[in-house]
Amino acid sequence: MFDDRSPIYRQIAEQIKGDVLRGVLKADEQVMSTTQYAAYYRINPATAAKAFQQLVDERVIYKRRGVGMFVDAGARQRLREQRRERFFTDVLDPMLAEARALDIPVADIVARLQQHSEPGDAR
Amino acid sequence: MTLSIQTTHLQLRYCDTVAVDDVDLDLPGGKIYGLLGRNGAGKTSLLATLAGFRKPTAGTVRIGGEPVFENVRVTTQICLIRDDSGVGDNTDPLSDILAMARMLRPSWDEKYADELMDRFALPRKKTLGSLSRGQRSAFGVLVGLASRAPLTMFDEAHLGMDAPTRQLFLDEVLREYVARPRTFILSTHLIEEQSPIFERVLVLHEGRLLLHEELDELRSRGVSVTGPASIVDDFVFGLTVLGEERLGPTKRAMVYGTLGEDSLRAARAHGLELGPVALQELFIHLTGGLR
Repeated sequence: MFDDRSPIYRQIAEQIKGDVLRGVLKADEQVMSTTQYAAYYRINPATAAKAFQQLVDERVIYKRRGVGMFVDAGARQRLREQRRERFFTDVLDPMLAEARALDIPVADIVARLQQHSEPGDAR
Repeated sequence: MTLSIQTTHLQLRYCDTVAVDDVDLDLPGGKIYGLLGRNGAGKTSLLATLAGFRKPTAGTVRIGGEPVFENVRVTTQICLIRDDSGVGDNTDPLSDILAMARMLRPSWDEKYADELMDRFALPRKKTLGSLSRGQRSAFGVLVGLASRAPLTMFDEAHLGMDAPTRQLFLDEVLREYVARPRTFILSTHLIEEQSPIFERVLVLHEGRLLLHEELDELRSRGVSVTGPASIVDDFVFGLTVLGEERLGPTKRAMVYGTLGEDSLRAARAHGLELGPVALQELFIHLTGGLR
């Protein structure tokens, strides 16, 4: 579930962000409580709480006192914008570096991309 | 209810062996602590002193603000379970040991003990001596959990348990901790398996406290730097290097500490690969490496 290396709270936060991004967790939907999360993943509740605090600070989720935590209505859009910026540096650039090392021409990559994208996808 | 722990210049000596040496601890109550250390580092001696089983040779121990040695008011609130589970005599049936615990421990929860007997599938009528190693450990853990002692310590209490039982043990510690916060200390060598439930980690080395840190802080402390050997050497110059490995022209150095933005940029610019270091690896190198 968690890799044995980077801080667990950061991994939890990333997971929840991923769920929001993919629409698994919807706007204003309740997320698991820190104690549920801790029991489910066998981690210290303080670690889970730290992850949730980070998500509150980043406005991915919000707290309703005495009720629980919910997905912020604008979170998905904001995460998308952040990830779009990172997409080129985190995903595309390493791919191009690998392609260069393998001597794959950019034209081949473009052709493959065009083959894969449905007509409806072009925006 | 939870209990805090304070020690100052704590020392425990057996004849000419110093088992615990000048340990200063200030542990707030209501957390789960992991106690790590190599064989002979002093974990068992430290826990025995915290539990009031042993009198410090020098220094002080305060549990919930009070001295612990020969102080019944405090010792009844502490439960230390050891791997060889000294919870009863080998000739006693488990049901008798449970009855005794109920009498001796003010916070004992009989219903919970019953529940755990079923969950760990332990035979009430059998004697402690007739149990398997893993069953004895499970019974010890049961006594620790059902004691609901404000300070509960497990000294490698999982020894001999199979994987599902160990998981049950960790699950119960967490469940109890959430439902009724108390101070837990678990000493262990199963770092990767048990550390996720810790909030803080204590590392003892040769009787001394090497570090006391939040688990997640510690996990983010180690950085591995991989790349061509000479570039790695230049990069790690002046940093705390815990260990190095070489594979042909490639070198992997383990650095202890947090790298600043500048260092991260420099590493990327030189094409070095940065990665995290597993807690167990960090522990191995912090406590002297592979000898």
